[in-house]
Amino acid sequence: MRVTIMTCKIVSKKELAPNIKMFEMGAPVVARKAKAGQFVILRISERGERIPLTIADADPERGTITLVVEEVGKTTKELGRLNEGDSILDLVGPLGNPMNIGKYGHVVCIGGGSGVAPVYPLTKALKKAGNKVTSIIGARNRELLILEEEMRETSDEFYITTDDGSKGHRGFVTDILRKLLDEHERIDLVVAVGPVPMMKAVADTTRPNKIRTLVSLNPIMVDGMGMCGVCRVKVGGETKFTCVDGPLFDGHLVDFDELAARRQLYEPEEKLALKAYEEKIGGVR
Amino acid sequence: MIARQPMPEQDPQERIRNFDEVALGYDEEQAVLEAGRCLQCENPTCMQGCPVNIDIPGFIAHIKEGNFDLAIRKIKERNHLPAIIGRICPVKDQCEKFCVLAKKGEPVAIGNLERFAADVEWKKGVEIPGRAKASGKRVAVVGSGPAGLTAATDLVKLGHEAIIFEALHVPGGVLTYGIPEFRLPKKVVEREVEYIKRLGVDIRTDMVIGRTFTIDELLEQGFDAIFVGTGAGPPQFLGVPGENLGLVYSANEFLTRVNLMRAYEFPEYDTPIKVGEKVAVIGAGNVAFDSARTALRLGAGDVSIVYRRSGEEIPARIEEVQHAEEEGVKLRLLTLPTRMLGEGGLVRRMECIKMSLGKPDESGRRRPIPVEGSEFYIDTDTVIVAIGRRPNPLIQQTTEGLKTTSWGAIVVDELGRTSKSGIFAGGDVVTGEATVIEAMGAGRKAAEAIDRFIAQGEKR
Repeated sequence: MRVTIMTCKIVSKKELAPNIKMFEMGAPVVARKAKAGQFVILRISERGERIPLTIADADPERGTITLVVEEVGKTTKELGRLNEGDSILDLVGPLGNPMNIGKYGHVVCIGGGSGVAPVYPLTKALKKAGNKVTSIIGARNRELLILEEEMRETSDEFYITTDDGSKGHRGFVTDILRKLLDEHERIDLVVAVGPVPMMKAVADTTRPNKIRTLVSLNPIMVDGMGMCGVCRVKVGGETKFTCVDGPLFDGHLVDFDELAARRQLYEPEEKLALKAYEEKIGGVR
Repeated sequence: MIARQPMPEQDPQERIRNFDEVALGYDEEQAVLEAGRCLQCENPTCMQGCPVNIDIPGFIAHIKEGNFDLAIRKIKERNHLPAIIGRICPVKDQCEKFCVLAKKGEPVAIGNLERFAADVEWKKGVEIPGRAKASGKRVAVVGSGPAGLTAATDLVKLGHEAIIFEALHVPGGVLTYGIPEFRLPKKVVEREVEYIKRLGVDIRTDMVIGRTFTIDELLEQGFDAIFVGTGAGPPQFLGVPGENLGLVYSANEFLTRVNLMRAYEFPEYDTPIKVGEKVAVIGAGNVAFDSARTALRLGAGDVSIVYRRSGEEIPARIEEVQHAEEEGVKLRLLTLPTRMLGEGGLVRRMECIKMSLGKPDESGRRRPIPVEGSEFYIDTDTVIVAIGRRPNPLIQQTTEGLKTTSWGAIVVDELGRTSKSGIFAGGDVVTGEATVIEAMGAGRKAAEAIDRFIAQGEKR
């Protein structure tokens, strides 16, 4: 039984990298309110799960939001196969707390892998607020780098790193961050979004210098509105719910090991669901 | 005197292997027999135990006469969700407690009869009463749980337009995500929500008030009044070490996965759930028993309720405790978990301490006191924490001028009015976790107050 089918139409789709797709979705009421740092929960179909995705961009006039999806499991793969004109069943938001955008001075924005998508709206907002913005984006290789032009445009200084050296600095985003710190660059705030080990490494890098470091966490969620507590994470020894207390937290206080362990809870089930789905679609990518 | 008609039920050994409803419902013969037990007291006491004032002897008299249509019509004068309420209301603490027969032994099975009347009507086709003359006034109702559904239905019956905003993707609130299929089939919730929609209530899902729109934005959109029935929100945890280990669930997560997302049908449905062999459920309210019985049905071998007080103080409905015990749920009473220990990120053991009961505390129940040196361990691979939830905080956090209590509940007067003119509230967001019928009572009271507020054209 559906009451109001808020069909969210895919207005446009773009492949950013193998297995990373960008969708512009019709969502007028969400677009009107969305602020940098917030997310939506969506459900593709009647038997689907609820998954959180960061709002990468919002256009209140067009009534659309931009979502970037990395295909890692069944639901994201299914989403990735949708095309312009297709609709999903449910979209709700904006959820979570927006980042407090102010004039901090010199801000370093770091995005790793598909984490560049959530760091992009923060970077844009921080730049617009008059900060000096240095951005560092990283990926395993050049094919997996996303939103490079968008990030470059909104940054005063811009760095690329790849694990294999196929583009930019060969190594990790933290190598550049460390270099900036070693050069005694004054940094007032670091914002980092990416894989858990990357965010942990960034927090470890800035900790000795006591540079305020914000990370955006991406634990498992179900309702995304503070009711189930599956997204709980220890921050400064206190348990917080990422969906309503975050998703941005002080990286120096986050228990990343616990976060990583909790993210893996359903790995076997996720693999099973993905395998069954891939068999169903006949191994088509 | 005829004995109280027992409720036909699925066999315990059978039912722990399925999610089908446990109670099967009276047939006509049983219903008429049971209705015949009612003494039709001149001054009925049963009604004083009903938060929505159903004319109990009135509807029972109709069942006794075989006039089932009249019976359900009588019930629906006061209760728009009879099939739901007839299944889950804690009747033994309410109407049935005040039935004069209760003093002599067994009260009339009021809840079972209500359910019977509702189910009979459903099979025949539900009657939709005509619409009242339109008042031209619009009321926003936040939340589609029992309080919101009742408030909205009452308002529509009074001629107002009522639009419910629901945050989740399906309506029903706790009836949908909280109460399990085997106690309240989702089809029953769907059909009563459908009835309410046919009465004229407009329900919009995927709308988080406080986020998608704020209360003030709704007022700007021209709503004449707003009812807030956002219910309970964040689950409470014990605050003991190890509580964030894998497979330590809040009851709300556990039940939401199963009830709302139908994880028991994974992988046909996408949301997974995991349950181990030895499950410990902390707490002894209805939610704890629902969790325990759900865990059994998901295949757990050994399920126990871990409760810091004694059997006397168990707050759950008696039927739920009995059903759970029949199904093999064990009770570990006077036991308080103090630490959870894990292996590879997953919970494996729980350190507990034995409790003894002291003098009554502020709740009137004897206070549990830890017995020094009585620490012991329970082997467990799944823990479900069911010790309650705080009021949903979102509206309070995003609405200026809304008075709240120290524990975050919205403050209302006896009419359901908040400190902000035009905004009314009721249900768990006001009282903290209570029963479905109490939330419905609060929704009704607020609807009456909203009607008067609108009629007076009070300025906000």
